Amino acid sequence: MKLTAHPLVCRDAVELVSDYLEGALPRRQRRRLERHLAGCPHCSTYLEQMRQTIAASGSVGPDDLAPEALDDLVELFRRFRDTPDESL
Amino acid sequence: MVGDYHGAVTDVELLERMLAGDERAFAQLVTRYNSTLIRVARYYVASDATAEDVAQETWVAVLRGAANFEGRSSFKTWLFHILANRARSIGTREHRMIVVDPTDRSGALAQRFDEGGTWSEPPVPFTDAIDEAMVNERILRLVREAIARLPEPHQAVVTLRDVEGLSTKEVSDLLELSEANVRVILHRGRTRVRADVESSLQGGGA
Repeated sequence: MKLTAHPLVCRDAVELVSDYLEGALPRRQRRRLERHLAGCPHCSTYLEQMRQTIAASGSVGPDDLAPEALDDLVELFRRFRDTPDESL
Repeated sequence: MVGDYHGAVTDVELLERMLAGDERAFAQLVTRYNSTLIRVARYYVASDATAEDVAQETWVAVLRGAANFEGRSSFKTWLFHILANRARSIGTREHRMIVVDPTDRSGALAQRFDEGGTWSEPPVPFTDAIDEAMVNERILRLVREAIARLPEPHQAVVTLRDVEGLSTKEVSDLLELSEANVRVILHRGRTRVRADVESSLQGGGA
């Protein structure tokens, strides 16, 4: 990304969105992006979708665990609990 | 709030109950973390079967080492470090050789702009047409599925940063990537997940 004084185009703006949400953009880049967003409803929609995506990612929770896999590990736990020195 | 899906009982409470011999507490920790352990192991090792073995070895190490856990880091950071050490010791992947080109464009998205770089096919808000709560439920499912489809290293980075809520620095330490590279990979992963959700919502697909 070149640090020019030109206004951002949409194609470049979307590449900055993730770093923007991470708070990882240098101030100058951040202000260029914010100027662009102020006048671009499409990129604002894109930013909002990225926010929603990240928020949803934080709520997805773990994948389902196969019952056999859980049983195996619990069995391991029992062996360890009952004979900690020799079982594992 | 990132990573708050685990509910009211904290990891450390479960760990204490586990140390007191409560197998349900151990089962809860396994349920919380085993799928993530397998995913992150997959960053290092070449097969799902090996990744499952590494996850199992990690639990053995947790059982052995739990009494010495001092809480200087969070339980999950400690757990992921045990996993990373195990996985690295048997990992066949040359993960240090991951090359990240920060100037590379985000795939399919590039086709949605005209020659001047302005949207020719702009994004449609996720929450337009339908009831918002329903959409959110659907987005959640689509995001879960899209993350599961991500290739490595994107899947490990998105899982650790956005699903588990680790900091960029912690992800960088665990995966032995620079923070700049973590951010580039995170950006690409998130870009794909957003695009997947968008196309599913538009296409009326699952």
